[in-house]
Amino acid sequence: MSSFDIVTSSFRIHRRRGHAVAEAVRAGAFAGAAAIAFALVGAYLIMDRRFVVEDIITLAQTVVLLFVLGGGHAAARSAARDGATAATAIGFGALAGLVAGLLFAAAILLVAHVGLRSHLVAASPMLVRAVTFLGAPGSAVAAAVLVTAGTAAGSVGAAAAMLRADRRTAVLIGLAALLGAGLFRDVFAGLLHNLPGLAALEPMVFGVGGVTPVAAAVIAVGAAGLSLVLHHRRRPPIAASTRRRIEGVLLVVLLVLVPLVTDAFVAQVAMLVGLYVLMAMGLNIELGLAGLVDLGFVAFFAVGAYTMALACSSDPRAAVHLSFWLALPLATTIAAVAGLLFGLPVLRVRGDYLAMATLGLGEIVRVLVVSDAMKPYLGGSQGIIEIARPSLGGWTLDTPLQFYFLALILAALVGLVSWRLQHSRIGRAWLAIREDEDVAQALGIDLVAAKLLAYTVGAAFAGMAGAVFAALIGSVYPHSFQLAISINVLAILVIGGLGSLPGVVVGSLVLIGLPELLREFGEFRYLFYGIALVVTMHLKTEGLWPAVARQEATDA
Amino acid sequence: MAPRHERLEALAEWRRQSTWVDGVLLAIRLGVAATILVGFGGSLVAGTYSIGNIASFVVFGLTIGCIYALVALGYTMVYGILRMINFAHGDVMMVGSFGGLFAADALSGAGVLEAAPLLSLPLVVAAGMVVGAGVALGVERIAYRPFLHVRSLAPLICAIGMSFVLQYAARGLFGSRNRAYPGFGWMERTFEVGGLTIPMLQVVAFVAAGVMLAGLLAVVRLTRLGRAMRAVAEDRDAAALVGIDVGRVIVATFAIGGAMAGVAGVLYALVFKQITVFLGFSLGIKGFAAAILGGIGNLPGALVGGLVLGLAEALGPALLLEGFALPAPYQFKDVIGYAMLVMVLIFRPQGLLGERLADKRA
Repeated sequence: MSSFDIVTSSFRIHRRRGHAVAEAVRAGAFAGAAAIAFALVGAYLIMDRRFVVEDIITLAQTVVLLFVLGGGHAAARSAARDGATAATAIGFGALAGLVAGLLFAAAILLVAHVGLRSHLVAASPMLVRAVTFLGAPGSAVAAAVLVTAGTAAGSVGAAAAMLRADRRTAVLIGLAALLGAGLFRDVFAGLLHNLPGLAALEPMVFGVGGVTPVAAAVIAVGAAGLSLVLHHRRRPPIAASTRRRIEGVLLVVLLVLVPLVTDAFVAQVAMLVGLYVLMAMGLNIELGLAGLVDLGFVAFFAVGAYTMALACSSDPRAAVHLSFWLALPLATTIAAVAGLLFGLPVLRVRGDYLAMATLGLGEIVRVLVVSDAMKPYLGGSQGIIEIARPSLGGWTLDTPLQFYFLALILAALVGLVSWRLQHSRIGRAWLAIREDEDVAQALGIDLVAAKLLAYTVGAAFAGMAGAVFAALIGSVYPHSFQLAISINVLAILVIGGLGSLPGVVVGSLVLIGLPELLREFGEFRYLFYGIALVVTMHLKTEGLWPAVARQEATDA
Repeated sequence: MAPRHERLEALAEWRRQSTWVDGVLLAIRLGVAATILVGFGGSLVAGTYSIGNIASFVVFGLTIGCIYALVALGYTMVYGILRMINFAHGDVMMVGSFGGLFAADALSGAGVLEAAPLLSLPLVVAAGMVVGAGVALGVERIAYRPFLHVRSLAPLICAIGMSFVLQYAARGLFGSRNRAYPGFGWMERTFEVGGLTIPMLQVVAFVAAGVMLAGLLAVVRLTRLGRAMRAVAEDRDAAALVGIDVGRVIVATFAIGGAMAGVAGVLYALVFKQITVFLGFSLGIKGFAAAILGGIGNLPGALVGGLVLGLAEALGPALLLEGFALPAPYQFKDVIGYAMLVMVLIFRPQGLLGERLADKRA
């Protein structure tokens, strides 16, 4: 670090705030632009099919409403900071809502009367109809309704900004609970359905599309009330370490119990999350501990999967016929060897260059697997099918739930190994390498051995995940091993918090679990995924569950 | 040639200093060299392709190489200044390509495109540049500026997120099917030189890319902004101390890189006639590989890297892969590019032309 860092690190870019009116117009314009983008991208129509509160408000309407509420809120906060009274601030909120409403209505009128469809596929008459609440689609009346609704929403958002902090939090939590219940209706409905004694509640709480109006009121008020009560109850402060422990136990309970009591779909999602947890724990060794950015990680996943396929399939290409329980350690070992071979050439490559080198190596592996030249051995793009399911004394694992628990047990095992490694001599050596390779070498750490071990262990974990994946799906295709998997795993680590084991689980839940639960929105879930990556990094740069040591380091 | 005993001494010195890792790396080098020799020799013996074939591959390789070079410029400029890979750059190019498409469609609707292709081409390219620059500015604002003073992987993840957002927003906005670019009048024709048939568009794309590259080099070498950019790339803190507005230079860098990506997107569409919202990803990786090949942070290097990669990809299947008598050798086209990328990173991280800062970081 040069001494100049002190100079530049004090440069923080702050936007100069303008007059309250300008700020309100700006906030409104942002909200309007967001709403227009949401509509033109096509997400509005897809999300309009789903109710949050049954027959009252759809998901799409909720999202647009949230944009405008947020705009009004921001405008009012900005005005209040300039010393405006509550009434004036709410006026500014209304102004922001008005601007947002005008923009959105203008865009809808444009869509209704100018043919944009040849360029923008979502700018369809269906969209215009979906946002017409009164009057003919595309008419002035319909537009006026949008503008009025925008102004009203802006005022409400502004009024919320004028509340006391604890009440504002309560309102926010109430709304979030309602939105969560509506959005993940299937999960909660399944939960209620399967929990003993609560099955009768299910039809009362959930309609076909979303939450029933009465239940919505109960959920929102209940969550808000709970937030207020918790806020005002006097309680002895809990030590940070105890709190983390409680949170950790809750996380484990959640992981074990929730898939048990929900439906098959949730179990399948949970299974996928479990696999990603396994893989991410592998990359956590490489990246989180040793600081080796590996974007070719999917190759080890593929090695594990193909080993399992070639060892357990009834396909003529299969080399041997082993049971799952023998093939699993075999696949893990072969993936570990692959990791060693992969790591050897890139031992001297560092930082971003390492990311690109591993990306290149991973892509080479993928192209080789797809190619016709390897077809006699690996099946080319048709892959290998008919992989035997694991069985244990006559009892065959075949439901996603059973696989989930298999993955969970393996993840717990791998987590234990990671945890012990992390706090051993080699773990400290990895941390030293992550912080500064040259210093680590000067301290007498064997860089070659430590790095190779990191690659090997990381690859072994990924190979294990691949083997379970192959057995679950019952077939392997090269198209399952895209670069996107490497990127997903990397994102899980960073979003969860680098080097943090609970972070791996949280990251997988957020980045794999949530998008999978939103599968009904088709490809849009990748859009939400991208937005989630950006937003999480902005709100919590260190990740959702940062490693303890890192947290201390940043506090100091 | 040095006397024999001196050579032996040098060998002994190397053996004393090197570890077994050096041995492994040497073995890899030898393996690659052997592979290339065998493939090349085999291809010559097989003789599937005539000189004419090879010549047309070269022309195509130069064209696509120029496009790679334009994409590589954006990576190289941003990396030179921020020391970070802009993961969303390929998607910036894709959006720029769509900007050009809409401009071309509008011109085609007015009949200008057919009547005056030479007048329309700059307009279409300009549309691509403006859109590309605009999107790149958005990426900078969202993914890089907030993390300017934080040492973490956050910008990388944010840029990956932006890549997803751009790709799937474009999919939602423009649909997932292929979009055909309208024709450019006489540019659609081909001409013959020495028995070689060359599509006019490839030449146009080559020339346009060359003009853009020359313009960019002039900006960086001759203008005040260019000097500021070079200063920030050299040492951001020192540049700030002498009064350069680092934030503005970074913004300008992203804008120029985005504009170049927009040009690349339009030219790609001209040559291949159609675009999809997913073209950004693979072309982005190719562009990055070109930047690495030439030496990242080095502007002429991006040009050289792009041309080398384009030529290698165009000629590789014919000259190298044919020699192994594999089924469907064209499937390995991408392997050549990736293998070059990996080899350069392992054995010559400063790239073909070298980068003075490489040893500091890599």
